[in-house]
Formats: sequence, structure tokens, C-alpha cells
Amino acid sequence: MKPFAYHQPDQIPDAAKLLTSIEDSKLVAGGMTLIPTLKQRLASPVALVDLSKLGSLKGITDDGATITIGAMTPHAVVAASELVQTKIPGLAALASMIGDPAVRSRGTIGGSVANNDPAADYPAGVLGLGAIIVTSTREIAADKFFLGLFETALEPGEIITAIRFPVPLKAGYSKFKAPASRYALVGVFVAKFADGVRVAVTGAGPGVFRVPPMEVALSENFDPSAIAAIKIDNDGLTSDIHAEADYRAHLVTVMAKRAVDAALS
Amino acid sequence: MGNVIGIGASPKRKEDQRFLTGRGNYVSDIKRPGMTAGVFVRSPHGHAILRGIDKAAALASPGIIAVLTGEDVAADKLGSLPCGWGISDAKGVPMKEPPFPMLAQGKVRFVGDMVAFVIAETPEQADAAAELLTIDYEVLPSVVGVLEAVRPGAPQLFDDVPNNICCDWELGDKAAVETAFRKAAHVAKLSLVNNRLIGNPMEPRAAIAEYEPGTDRFTLWTTSQFPHVVRFLMGALVLNIPQHKLRVVAPDVGGGFGVKQFHYGEEAVITWAAKRVKRPIKWVASRSEGYVSDRHGRDHVTEAELALDEHGKFLAFRVNTLANMGGYLSTFGPNIPTNLYGPLLGGVYTTPAIYCNVKVVFTNTVPVDAYRGAGRPEATFVLERIVDVAASEMGIDRVEIRRRNMIPKEAYPYQTPVLVQYDSGDPMGCLDGALVAADVKGFGIRKAASASKGKFRGLGYSTYVEACGLAPSRFAGRLGARGGLYESATVRVHPTGQVTVMIGTHNHGQGHETTFAQIVSEKLGVSFENVDIVFGDTDRVQFGMGTYGSRSLVVGGAALSKATDKVIAKGKKIAAHLLEAAEVDIQFEAGNFSVAGTDRIKSFEDIAGAAYVPHNYPLEVLEPGLEEQAYYDPVNFTYPGGCHIAEVEVDPETGTVTLVNYTAVDDVGTVINPMIVEGQLHGGIVQGVGQALFENAVYDEGSGQLLSGSLMDYCMPRADHMPMMKISTHSTLCTHTPMGVKGCGEVGTIGSPAAVINAVVDALSHLGVTHVDMPATPNRIWRLLQNASLPVAAE
Ligand SMILES: Cc1cc2nc3c(=O)[nH]c(=O)nc-3n(C[C@H](O)[C@H](O)[C@H](O)COP(=O)(O)OP(=O)(O)OC[C@H]3O[C@@H](n4cnc5c(N)ncnc54)[C@H](O)[C@@H]3O)c2cc1C
Repeated sequence: MKPFAYHQPDQIPDAAKLLTSIEDSKLVAGGMTLIPTLKQRLASPVALVDLSKLGSLKGITDDGATITIGAMTPHAVVAASELVQTKIPGLAALASMIGDPAVRSRGTIGGSVANNDPAADYPAGVLGLGAIIVTSTREIAADKFFLGLFETALEPGEIITAIRFPVPLKAGYSKFKAPASRYALVGVFVAKFADGVRVAVTGAGPGVFRVPPMEVALSENFDPSAIAAIKIDNDGLTSDIHAEADYRAHLVTVMAKRAVDAALS
Repeated sequence: MGNVIGIGASPKRKEDQRFLTGRGNYVSDIKRPGMTAGVFVRSPHGHAILRGIDKAAALASPGIIAVLTGEDVAADKLGSLPCGWGISDAKGVPMKEPPFPMLAQGKVRFVGDMVAFVIAETPEQADAAAELLTIDYEVLPSVVGVLEAVRPGAPQLFDDVPNNICCDWELGDKAAVETAFRKAAHVAKLSLVNNRLIGNPMEPRAAIAEYEPGTDRFTLWTTSQFPHVVRFLMGALVLNIPQHKLRVVAPDVGGGFGVKQFHYGEEAVITWAAKRVKRPIKWVASRSEGYVSDRHGRDHVTEAELALDEHGKFLAFRVNTLANMGGYLSTFGPNIPTNLYGPLLGGVYTTPAIYCNVKVVFTNTVPVDAYRGAGRPEATFVLERIVDVAASEMGIDRVEIRRRNMIPKEAYPYQTPVLVQYDSGDPMGCLDGALVAADVKGFGIRKAASASKGKFRGLGYSTYVEACGLAPSRFAGRLGARGGLYESATVRVHPTGQVTVMIGTHNHGQGHETTFAQIVSEKLGVSFENVDIVFGDTDRVQFGMGTYGSRSLVVGGAALSKATDKVIAKGKKIAAHLLEAAEVDIQFEAGNFSVAGTDRIKSFEDIAGAAYVPHNYPLEVLEPGLEEQAYYDPVNFTYPGGCHIAEVEVDPETGTVTLVNYTAVDDVGTVINPMIVEGQLHGGIVQGVGQALFENAVYDEGSGQLLSGSLMDYCMPRADHMPMMKISTHSTLCTHTPMGVKGCGEVGTIGSPAAVINAVVDALSHLGVTHVDMPATPNRIWRLLQNASLPVAAE
């Protein structure tokens, strides 16, 4: 690890100012992703701006048709939240499947969404539910937020403050864990709303994506059998030492069926 | 008589008190006055010419103390890292043994090969300086697989090692095997890969070296399983430090699994550097660094053929293996796929003729050496897999074919056609016990239940034997060992009757501080708490070969037993004097010396006191003091064995294999501490399951990059992968070790991979699947099913 300055602001504007005024500075939330890269000297920011003193970034609120989760809310809190368990059980289940207890206690929803790891779980939930990413300057729809491998619509200095999730009629998540890392080798989030179904896939490709043919089929018949015969194209899917592209494509269908099952149960 | 806790008891482990309360003393806990920090700069290339290293910027960076490279090693005329075994081919031509410089000279041969050592005031400064080295590499193509390495035109690692073949080794009667194959009613064939593994002990490797000019002595603290061997190899063969001027300490070590039983270049470099910079230096490997520098294990490609008569009796077995050695010969490297592999191909069967050829091959990968089981898991896997293949092809039940070929209990001692003679064993008894414990009778019902959920269930057997308790020195010497393989122990009785044992084995998780104390407590009748076991310091322990190859109890325990007997013998002499009786009339029982048939008695403490305060003592014929030492060189290997039964469930939709039941009945000879034996079996089985289902070290052909270079990509077995295991023992006593012990450290790792894979194949056999390579990952199973389901659908 290389030396860096450390700031712990207690107001969002102060955090944003530090971030824009210090070149090569970086936000740190739970540090589960950032700190390992510092230790391996893969990243060497001059300054870290710690979000942990920003009280307004923590907590989960019920707004009726939506629930809002503060960016600094750890995965474990989302997993254990009665509110989330009642209103969007699939999202609570997703949070409970992230990493291990230590990671769930430190890692945050904001950090995960900002990082947009191609194998992370939250992006599937955020895109699958069509959530809104609330930042220090604006609101961004999930469909416009995830731009590809570790890339998002966030501008320099922009801070995610919360994620606002519309409450679906039904939703479910199914994750096939990568054997070693236990990130998603393939994870599928399925959400049924009054006006249709959304299906979002993580782990299979360079970034989270939707599967329109499955959405159409499930909108007509929200049952695993409706998508059993829908295969997605191998093209553009990831091949690595754990899984080849055609296997990942196969798993998308299997996990989508299981996600529908989970949503129905 | 105090609190005797003897053989057969399961006291909680003494050492766990300090480990569980955070009071262990590991190398990285140690701080020396004026200590500096060292980091190794390692090759990022699998194969490259090292054109030059520009140190200027590094030497100007803050806190820098020194930068050492292969040129400095050459200038100081230091030795090459030695190989402890010299094997030969069938004509007696010795293996090719190219030098293994402690810092690369002229060429790098694997990603992780060390090119420089940077010393600075702090680890951060050393890291920063290391980044400032400009290293000029001319990158060459790498070759990482054994099949690729022996092909014409493959990149050559060494100018004088044609086709990268270090040795073309063989064992057995080739002609007899050929004759038998000609007469065979059936020949089963199998091609398989034994996957490459990375040991991953909990504690990464680390070292601290210090030189004291006042006494001209060096001290090396290192994460080693065998400090005396490091002292010998490094002092005598690499750095030219006289043995009495070198102390090697291996304090608490957080797991070894073989990875820490080699003399590593890092140890030599840091010891040499400590004198050059006149300050202590500490180096602690990161986990990532361990992945590219800890010696790897296994990595075989094998073709096997089993000849059978019409009744399924094995007539002959032929095995051709290519074994990966990596970029250089590590301490035991060439011994593992040869001497610890070929002699195990007889298994528990009466196969009369066996031939084995092993080509030992250099590649651009981390050197490969012993890893828990070392050679025997590979042999067991080949044999136990092909037995299943033969059974299935001949339509004979898998248990039945084993029974037809098993060595009956009465036939022991049993001479195999491949060097070794088993002293004792009862494979049939282990098999029978396991069939009951695993409820094999109920398997059909469980299989049907799985089928109703759309899952395939399979059962797999492994009836195995291994050779451990390394090793009879004379025998090993004939096979190419360049050292002895005995063990030593000193039993020091204090004037107050407490006991300190100095033993040459090393405890790094095996529970020696408990097991060895139980032996002494039982034999001397002293309290378990009053026995301490000292190990891991060449200044405190007389000598030793260390811990590996399931040898500690078998060889070290035997030395301890002998030394304890000597204490008793001397005690009897003292007692005879004090009790005014003839020595032959003195009995020793439950901690008391007495005159047979009388009530005249002296306690062990009385005798100890008399030995150190010899006022009333036969000084004319007996020395004062009560301390005895013994060296023990075994007359044979020991041969633990047993039967493992794995039960798996396969999800055909995803290819996921779940281990649902695991049963092991093992013959480990006398059991000193049943709890510790069970723990060793649990750990060993989990490691074997890891190899069968999860672990795989993958290199990129061409670049030589390690693709599974961290825990994110290298899958270790975890608690939630395992069912509750049913473990029991069915012991026959070893006929040549003092306590009848056989060793239990590796049996789990040796028996389990074949049991698991046999179960996976059984689960899929109805689809025409006949073999699955390890690890049986979901992706691999899914692909097999994709390919298999076509012909089945057409039927
Ligand atoms: C062992 C392990 C296993 C894991 N397994 C999984 C898994 O199974 N599934 C999974 O999805 N994830 C997994 N993770 C990742 C984990 O969920 C992380 O918590 C998450 O990716 C990052 O969250 P964090 O709060 O730790 O962010 P940090 O590491 O602190 O930050 C990550 C990045 O996001 C930026 N950032 C953080 N907060 C904000 C914000 N509010 N606004 C803008 N930018 C921000 C930071 O600057 C940084 O670039 C695992 C991590 C580990 C270490």
C-alpha cells in the first residue's frame, strides 16, 4: 500500500468538494473492493474520502410504492431488513448471497453499484427492478447507469447517495456461484410489475444486461416453463477458466427459471 | 502418580491453548532489534532471457539498504539450491540436474522465479524501491504442459536437457507385463490427468535472518517443516556456513502440507543478505506471492492399462506417466512421481506383474514437489479408477472385482512386484466395515429419491494402501536419497521429575505436543501436564529430519519410545541401588520402581531426584543425570490403508456435483489419540475432495501466466462443501514399529480423490460416461453431459 491522505467529511457537499478538488482522490465506502487494490498497489490514490460519517447515506425507508436504500447501507442490513424482506424478498435474498459474513457487514450497496463488477449481484437487482440511482447531483435510471465492464454513468465527483427501488408484484433472484470467488458465475434477477416483467443477468458477460425475449414470454405467462426453451446467444458472453460462454448461456436459462420459481414461492 | 493421560485417550490438544488465545509465535510475529524489510522481485514472464537489471533508481529511493541480484550471487560463488534425491533411468544414467540458482542468472524459467532481493528500512520502502528496478527481459515462448513440453520443437528450458526430459524412469518387469497382456481375456485402458494443486497453508511463508559478528553466527527463523534439513542443505551446500555457526528456527508454523518441507531460495538469499547488510532482515510472503513461489503438487498425465483374465483377476498393470517438475528441481521433486508413485501401483491387490514408466519433465511453471500424499494419491487414483473401468467393461460388480483381487489378511507380509513389502493389513476387513457404515444396502432407495428430484446419485469406492513413515535410510539410499531418513528424540527428566522432550520432527498442526506427551505420560507414568515437547530449533534439538510423509509418529514417535525405554532402564539401575536390590528384580509400573514381590518402592520423582543429587548413588558405575537420547531408523515403510466410500448427487441442469455422504474405514495401526486421528482424517479427506471437485492450478500455454493465481480463481474446499463424515478405524498393528503405529497424516488425501470421482462416474454411467477428469467442475460435468446425452437419446 502506498501512503495516502485520509478525509472523513460529515456533509455530502464537503465530500463532493474534496473529491473534485483533490486530483487522484477516491471515495471509500466499505472498502471491500478498494482496499485490496490498494494493498496490491494496483491503485494508488493520493487521498481517500471516507463516506462512513455521512449519516444521511445510511438506512432504508418505506415510501409506499418504492423503498429507498441509502448508499452506505451494508449488505447484511439489507438482507436482514424486515421491510425489504416483506416488500422485495428477492432483493433481501440477493443481499444475503453476497460474499461472506465479513464482506456483507462491511460492503455497501453504493460501493457495489458504483463499482459495477461484471460478476456482482446488486447490478442484477438494480437493473431487474428498474431502480433509480440517486446521486449527489441527479437521479439516473438503472437502464442508463450500467455502461459495461466496471463502467457507469457516474461523473467525476458524483456520489451515489441512495438507490430507490420500485416495489414489484413479485421478484426473485437465482445465483450460480463461481466456485472459487462465489461472485455470480451467472445470476438472474426477475421482477414482475403490473406493466410487465424485467429480467436482468449478471456474471455472464462484461456487464449486467436484460433479456427481452424472456421478459416478453414471462409477461404473458409468469412461469418457469415459459422461458425453458429460450436460449441466449453465446456471442459476447464471458469465457474463462471456470466456465465457457456456451455453458454460461445455458446457465442463464436455468437460473432465470429458478429465479421465477423463487419469485413464485 | 499424577494425571496420566496415555495411549488411546483423547485429551484436548495442549497447543490449542496458545493458538486459540492468539499467543502462537509465528515467524512474522518475531521482531529483532534493527530489523529491516526485504522483498523479492519475481519474474512476470514464464520464460525469458534476463538481459540486465538497472538498480540505479531503486538504490536512490528513500530508506533503501541494498539490492541484490543473481550477479551478486555468482560473484560470491554461492551454491545452487540442492536436490535431495538423485534418480536414474533404466540404464542407470543419472537424471539431468541443471543448476537452480537462488536468484536467477541469465534466464528466468517460471512466473515467480526470483530475480532480485530488495532490502529497505520498511516493507513499504522496499516495495517502492522494487518497483523502480528496470529489468530487461527478452521474452521467450513458455511451455507449461507436459505433453507440450516433450513435443519436438517445444521451447527448451535448458540447453543440455533435450526435450525437457529430466529423467526417463522405470520400475517393474516390462517383459513379464507384456507376456501377461498377451494372455489377457480383457484389457482395460484409461487416460487421465492428475490435476496440479497449490497447497495454500493458512500461514504464508516467511523468514527472518540475522548475523552476529561477535560470534560469527547466523540465525534463520523460517516457516519450515524441517529446520535441521534446511541447516544442512543451506549451510553445507549453498552458503558454505559451518553447521555450528548456523541456527535454524522454525517456531509455530501455520500449516505445511508439504509446501514448507523444501529448502527455498528465499531462505538462502535472506541469510546471505543479512551478513552483507549487517542487520536482521524480515520477509513475509503475501498470499499472491505464495501462489507463484510455493512448490505446487501433482500434475501428471497418464496412460494406464490393466490386463485381466476372464474372471476379472488382475494379470498385469502397465502405467506410463508424464510428470511435471516445473522450472527447476525442488528438494524432493524427482522422488515424488517416481519412488513414491511406482511402488504404490500394486495397491491392495495381488497383481503379479507391474510396469511403470515415468518421464519427469521440465516446464515453465513453479517447481513441483511433495504435497500431502505426494505420489501416493496419484498412484491410488490411477489404480482405483482403472479397477472401476475394468469392472464396468467386464460387467463385474465393483466391490466384487476388488474382493477377487484383494490380498487376504493371512497373506501378510506380502511382497509386491514393485519393491515394497507390506508388513500387515486387512483390506477386506476395511471394505466390509465401510460397506456397512456407508449403508450401501440402502443406496438404491437414496438413488431413487434423488432421481425423483431430477438428480443423479452415485457411489464410489476406493480401497487403497499407501507407504509412509519415511523412511528406511538404506532402502531410500538405494532409490536415490542423498540423506538419511531416521529420527531422533531426547528425553530430559528434570530433578523434580518433569520431562522435556527434544524431538526432530516439527509440529505445525498435527498435534505432536499432545500425542507425544501422551506417549511419555503412559510410558513413564508422569502427568500429561508435566511433559513438554520441544521442536523446531537446531540449537535446542539435537537433530532431525522433520515432518512430512506421515513420518512423525511412526519414526519420531519410535525414537521417543526408545529414548523413554532408556530412561526406564537407567531408572531401574538407580532404583536397584537405592532399594538395595538386584537390577533384575526391579519392576517399573505406573510411575513406580519397586522390588518384585515386596512393598519396597521408589517413585519416578525419587529416582529423578537421586540422579541429580547423587549422594547415595552408584557413581562408580553410573553417570548422574537422567536424560537419554535415541535415533531410530525404520526397517520398512509403514502401510496404512483402508476403504473410502463417497456418495454424490449430480444436478444435470447445472453440472454441479454435491458430496452427500462420505465414509472412511482406515487401518492406521495403533491409535494414540483418536480425536487427533479423526481430525487428520477429516482434513486429509477434505483436501482430497478439494482435488477431486474444486482445485486446479491452471497455466496459460505460451505466456506461462498462472491463471488461477489467487483464492478468487483457485477454489479451495470449504466447510459447506462437506457432509458430516463417518470416520472409523479398523486397525491391524504394524509389525516393525515399536508401538504398532502406521501414520495417519496423509491417508485421507490418498484415499479420497478416487472415491469421489468413482462416485461421479457411477452417477453418470447410465449416460455412457466412463471417466471424468479432476476437478469435476460444473462446467466440465455439463459438457460431458452435452456430449454424452446425444448417443443416449439416439438409443
Ligand atoms: C471476499 C469477497 C467476496 C465478495 N463477494 C461478492 C459477491 O458474491 N457478490 C458481489 O456482488 N460482491 C461481492 N464482493 C464485493 C462486495 O460486495 C463489495 O462490498 C462491493 O463490491 C463494494 O462495496 P464497498 O462498500 O466495499 O465499496 P468500496 O470498496 O469502498 O468502493 C468500491 C468502489 O466504489 C466507489 N464508491 C463507493 N461508494 C460510492 C458511492 N456512494 N458513490 C460513488 N462511488 C462509490 C469507490 O470509490 C470504489 O471505486 C465481494 C468482496 C470480497 C472482498
